[in-house]
Amino acid sequence: MAVGTQYLAEQPRPRALSVVFGAVAIAALVAAPFAVYPVLMMNVLCFALFACAFNLLIGYVGLLSFGHATFFGGAAYFTAHAVKVWGWEPLAGILLGAAGAAALGLIVGFLAIRRQGIYFAMITLALGQMFAFICLQAPFTHGEDGIQGVPRGHLLGLIDLNQPLAMYYFTLAVFLFGFFAIWRIVHSPFGNILQAIRENERRAISLGYRVDRYKLGAFVMSAALAGLAGATKAIVFQFATLTDVQWQMSGEVILMTLLGGIGTLIGPAVGAGLVIALQNYLAASDFPVTVLIGIIFVVCVLVFRRGIVGEIMALMKRKTG
Amino acid sequence: MVSTQPILSATGLTMEFRGFVAVNNVTIAVNEGTVHALIGPNGAGKTTVFNLLTKFLTPTRGQITFRGSDITPLKPAEVARLGLVRSFQISAVFPHLTVLDNVRIALQRPSNLATQFWRSSSALSVLDERAMALIDAVGLANYAHLPAVELSYGRKRALEIATTLALDPAMLLLDEPMAGMGHEDIGRISDLIRRIARDRTVLMVEHNLNVVADLCDRVTVLARGEILADGSYETVSADPRVREAYMGTEHD
Repeated sequence: MAVGTQYLAEQPRPRALSVVFGAVAIAALVAAPFAVYPVLMMNVLCFALFACAFNLLIGYVGLLSFGHATFFGGAAYFTAHAVKVWGWEPLAGILLGAAGAAALGLIVGFLAIRRQGIYFAMITLALGQMFAFICLQAPFTHGEDGIQGVPRGHLLGLIDLNQPLAMYYFTLAVFLFGFFAIWRIVHSPFGNILQAIRENERRAISLGYRVDRYKLGAFVMSAALAGLAGATKAIVFQFATLTDVQWQMSGEVILMTLLGGIGTLIGPAVGAGLVIALQNYLAASDFPVTVLIGIIFVVCVLVFRRGIVGEIMALMKRKTG
Repeated sequence: MVSTQPILSATGLTMEFRGFVAVNNVTIAVNEGTVHALIGPNGAGKTTVFNLLTKFLTPTRGQITFRGSDITPLKPAEVARLGLVRSFQISAVFPHLTVLDNVRIALQRPSNLATQFWRSSSALSVLDERAMALIDAVGLANYAHLPAVELSYGRKRALEIATTLALDPAMLLLDEPMAGMGHEDIGRISDLIRRIARDRTVLMVEHNLNVVADLCDRVTVLARGEILADGSYETVSADPRVREAYMGTEHD
């Protein structure tokens, strides 16, 4: 009995505070389309889920993938093709996209997982480039044009996703599902083993854990969730293009995650929101967006290395002792 | 009680690192149910032998047999799953997990609670009772909710033993379990090892010869990567070659 209660109290943040914060955040997201342009918000949500999925790998396993665009953009192609060419219902198309990303994740992960650090990053980058090349050449992706004019269709045959609000709330539901899936994985028995492997891999091996399989499992989960984000984006914007599979996209998700805070649950979502908002508001101005984001990135790395959310959490921890 | 059947044996074990022979033609047999010590001066290759026996290193030559089966081609995790579990010279804990979590990590594997990613980690509370019993056995009951990193060195070693024991291994390899410990801790860990050894086999690297004399049924002496002597502590400690290698030149 004492064991259980004491253990709860040892959690890094009081549970009540997290619940209140979560409720406020969800309420804000539900109200958002009445204050902000819904398409912008949907873009933010897709990238937020992508960054959270990426963070599952770097923040909780310690693996830096430089090829996550493969899963994000690959899923977008699969979903766009299924919905446009095969006439699938949008949710089924999205699930196919996520499953396809998981399959790609299994292949890339299987080849890369035995390597560590920069070698792991390089292998994922190389495989990502190969996949981008396939997407450029394969007939079903339509090269430079991409797959355009993907119909949003009716969700489960009932809800018309051409209605901006319906599309928004569907995207929000996908994001929340993905986010809570990540939260569940991190705080599961499997998540405990991931943490043990990150803290002391040799010890985990000596306890009989086949650590490569755990890492591969996390890699596939991360790929599937990144795919879920990319697939949803394809329905929202009604196209799938090369932009989403190229290495710049892999770099962008790293940037978002670093800005928001590696290894914090909501940090990557905050980072994604910041980057997308900047890109959006500066798109019309003469100031080059990439330069500004570059400057922000440098400042972030120099001044707050834990990222925005990471620094805030560290500050709160210090204050509460 | 002390069987003559070897549970772990290695023949002709050799490890070369780029021409440097760290371990040369080592043949060792550890009998079931015994406490076996591996001693020798610094740089003798004791830890390398440990790494070879648990497959953290792959021997250049030689064969290792555990409970009658050849484990030479296996990976280290597979060796551990067969019941041959090691500790490390530098204390191996999961620093930012609590003492309780450290032990539960070990308990999770055999109880199939390691791959469940869809459940809350509160499902692990079914392991709490067994984990607390193990923690209590090594005298850490008051520290169960402290992160391992905050424990003193001696207590980290105790936690490591509790974690190793959680797997209920047939054989433990302890790499200097008492290095850097105070008097009191040594006594406590000695008692613990004696208790463990009632129904298990222990192979330990140890520098403290009083502990070796006190605990171990058999001693193998390693020097410059080769076996120098093997037998009871009395026989081995009387061997002049051992005295020379171990103590340097002798002063009477």
